[in-house]
Amino acid sequence: MEMLLSWLSGISLLLGTAALIVGALGLVRLPNLFSRIHAVGMMDTAGVAFITLGMLIHEGFSLISVRLAVVGVFLFFTSPIATHAVAQVAHRSGFSPVTPVKEPRRAQKAAKNATAKKSAKKAANKAASGAPVEKAVTKKAVAKKALTDTAAGKKTVGKKTAGKMRAT
Amino acid sequence: MMMVVAFAGCGVALVLALVRAAKGPTPFDRLLAVNAIGTLVILGIALHGFIMGRPEFVDISILYAVINFIGTFAILKLFSTGGLGDRGGKARVTRETDEG
Repeated sequence: MEMLLSWLSGISLLLGTAALIVGALGLVRLPNLFSRIHAVGMMDTAGVAFITLGMLIHEGFSLISVRLAVVGVFLFFTSPIATHAVAQVAHRSGFSPVTPVKEPRRAQKAAKNATAKKSAKKAANKAASGAPVEKAVTKKAVAKKALTDTAAGKKTVGKKTAGKMRAT
Repeated sequence: MMMVVAFAGCGVALVLALVRAAKGPTPFDRLLAVNAIGTLVILGIALHGFIMGRPEFVDISILYAVINFIGTFAILKLFSTGGLGDRGGKARVTRETDEG
């Protein structure tokens, strides 16, 4: 029984420590005020609850454990309230939880491919001008393709500017 | 033994929170980090008491919890209204209050 209690207390303290360190890492690494609030919520609930539980199990039932339970319950109720108040005041004073929209990576890749194809076709056109037999046909095809390519490029460019406008 | 590990983890998390409090771009980041530091100090005091064999230190951590909560709300009120309740919530002395 003694052994089991000490193991339980140790596991609970370790879990709480892991939650604390993960929350602190998130507080340092996350990019945005509101995502940092998310990380602090992790620390304030899981970390505090598990470490207090570990100390409670270690202590057993006494006056000290009652005080520990008071500390745990107080922190469990007040720290989410404080975090919520921080988020509310930040939101009121103009911070937005919505990050600016970036251009999706697929569209960027498509634009790159279009320009690469165009340059390749120009090279092919130059090479084909040496052979006059199929000249007319290849020219027509190349012109058509170039037309569609430019249209696609224009489309992507338009999308890009729209994304930038939204971001600013 | 596990108490010492948890105490060291509290120290590491406290240093990381200090980093955020030092370089946080907005005052709300700093306030969030200071709140987290307060929570970590509460846990650290209780753990320190248990490690040193004097668990009466838990009383001090109760006091710290209350002070941390009230202090966070006081700073938030200062941010949002510009005052702490005196002068009707106005920090700056306007001309009307000077004359009247």
